[in-house]
Amino acid sequence: MRPAHAALLVAAMAATPAMAAPVAPPGALSCGGCHAPAPEGAIPSLAGRNAGEIVADMQAFRSGARPATVMDRIAKGFSDEETRAIADWLVTTGAGEPAKP
Amino acid sequence: MAASGAAVLGAPAVLAQAPARVVVVGGGFAGASCARALAGQGFAVALVEANARYVACPFSNGVIAGLREMEAQTFGYAGVEKAGVIHVPRGAVAVDPQAKRVRLDDGAELGYERLVLAPGIDLNFDAIAGYDRAAAELMPHAWKAGAQTVLLRRQLEAMEDGGLVVISAPANPFRCPPGPYERASLIAHYLKTRKPRSKLLILDAKDAFSKQRLFEAAWTALYPGLIEWVSLSFGGKVTEVDPATHTLVTEFGSHKADVANVIPPQRAGAVAQAAGVADASGWCPIDPVSFESRLQSGVHVIGDAAIGGAMPKSAFTANGQAKVCAAAVTELLAGRQPQTPKLINTCYSLVAPDYGISIAGVYRPKDGLLAEVDGAGGTSPLNAPAEVRALEAAYAEAWFGTITHQVFA
Repeated sequence: MRPAHAALLVAAMAATPAMAAPVAPPGALSCGGCHAPAPEGAIPSLAGRNAGEIVADMQAFRSGARPATVMDRIAKGFSDEETRAIADWLVTTGAGEPAKP
Repeated sequence: MAASGAAVLGAPAVLAQAPARVVVVGGGFAGASCARALAGQGFAVALVEANARYVACPFSNGVIAGLREMEAQTFGYAGVEKAGVIHVPRGAVAVDPQAKRVRLDDGAELGYERLVLAPGIDLNFDAIAGYDRAAAELMPHAWKAGAQTVLLRRQLEAMEDGGLVVISAPANPFRCPPGPYERASLIAHYLKTRKPRSKLLILDAKDAFSKQRLFEAAWTALYPGLIEWVSLSFGGKVTEVDPATHTLVTEFGSHKADVANVIPPQRAGAVAQAAGVADASGWCPIDPVSFESRLQSGVHVIGDAAIGGAMPKSAFTANGQAKVCAAAVTELLAGRQPQTPKLINTCYSLVAPDYGISIAGVYRPKDGLLAEVDGAGGTSPLNAPAEVRALEAAYAEAWFGTITHQVFA
């Protein structure tokens, strides 16, 4: 008699891999460490934000135009180009909304 | 001889005919995050974790200080399983990287295409003379959250007003660099509130520590005369303990504590040694792009066990490394090269229930290690109004809620 998990693994192997999510650009996978998909707690969610807004906010954090406790320190580690790629990815994966045309 | 021979020759329950594509060992912030991310990519993922419940270290200093209960720290694996991960409730005892097999403590073996080890830390019970597992029952480390956390809290509760609490802090690297000083702060808060004639002494095996200026400024403001920090240069390194008398011995003298919290040196969890992925330092060198071991191909190491370069050993780091590692494993299994990542760390510490401070960093691979991106990161400002400290305390709580929900719910 094999342990129960053996049967479970066999069952799992039969599953077809789901469609792969788009590859996250550098840095994007860290956002969700603090920002929840749904608004909860003191940290704002990125859901419902459009890409342009996210990029503008990151610029303002970087320049100091928008005061922050920690995002000013984090934003300085990313270029505009990197931030744009992250914002687009967040929108594609459902954490934000597409920029309005 | 006959018995061990039979065990070797006898056929253990082998799962060779249907290996999980990825086996993850260790169900903490690193392992559980990585397993979920890989299951989300559609892979068959087995998460090997002996414990049915995970007790989170972040915020456990609040439990020690009587500000939180253990229930708020404790999480099951139902959410992980619901996300498509197979939870294998066993310990991993050996790895054969050539055969690509993990041996479990019931003798069963799991085959894999890629293995991710996230074993966290083991406490080094050979580092301080007299400080072994039995000693930890009298002088708790409370550096793995659980029964030890509760033990330290009970000892503080039982201490008379006017007692001396001693924390022994290790040299770098170790899990949660600001942790001993957050602990000192919150214990000081408890003492100030409940046992105001008491004192707290930190005996440190180093001359500087994380967020030091912020902690020291807060101690002066909130707990004047209560906390004393003794650095390495001033005789802070504890070399020996006597658990029976609660005595800590340094090169400069000895201290008799009413409550002693000994946080010993650490190393990667035992399975890392067994798998041959730990080096002489006790930690695991990795490629900073894929988190693949420098010592064994096909085996990745994430979280506290890994040599993260400039990245501190934190739950935020573990969670971020887990996702990057999962993305790299996804690419490698598809026969593609993983892209060069960037990672972030944000660590909050509470100095008092409504007084939070943080350190943040952005990291990228450089010269084979994870290095800080210049010009980014750093600590909270030294001079900030109370509203900012309160906001950071609220953000700390929100972060814990978000990350535990994401990993375990």
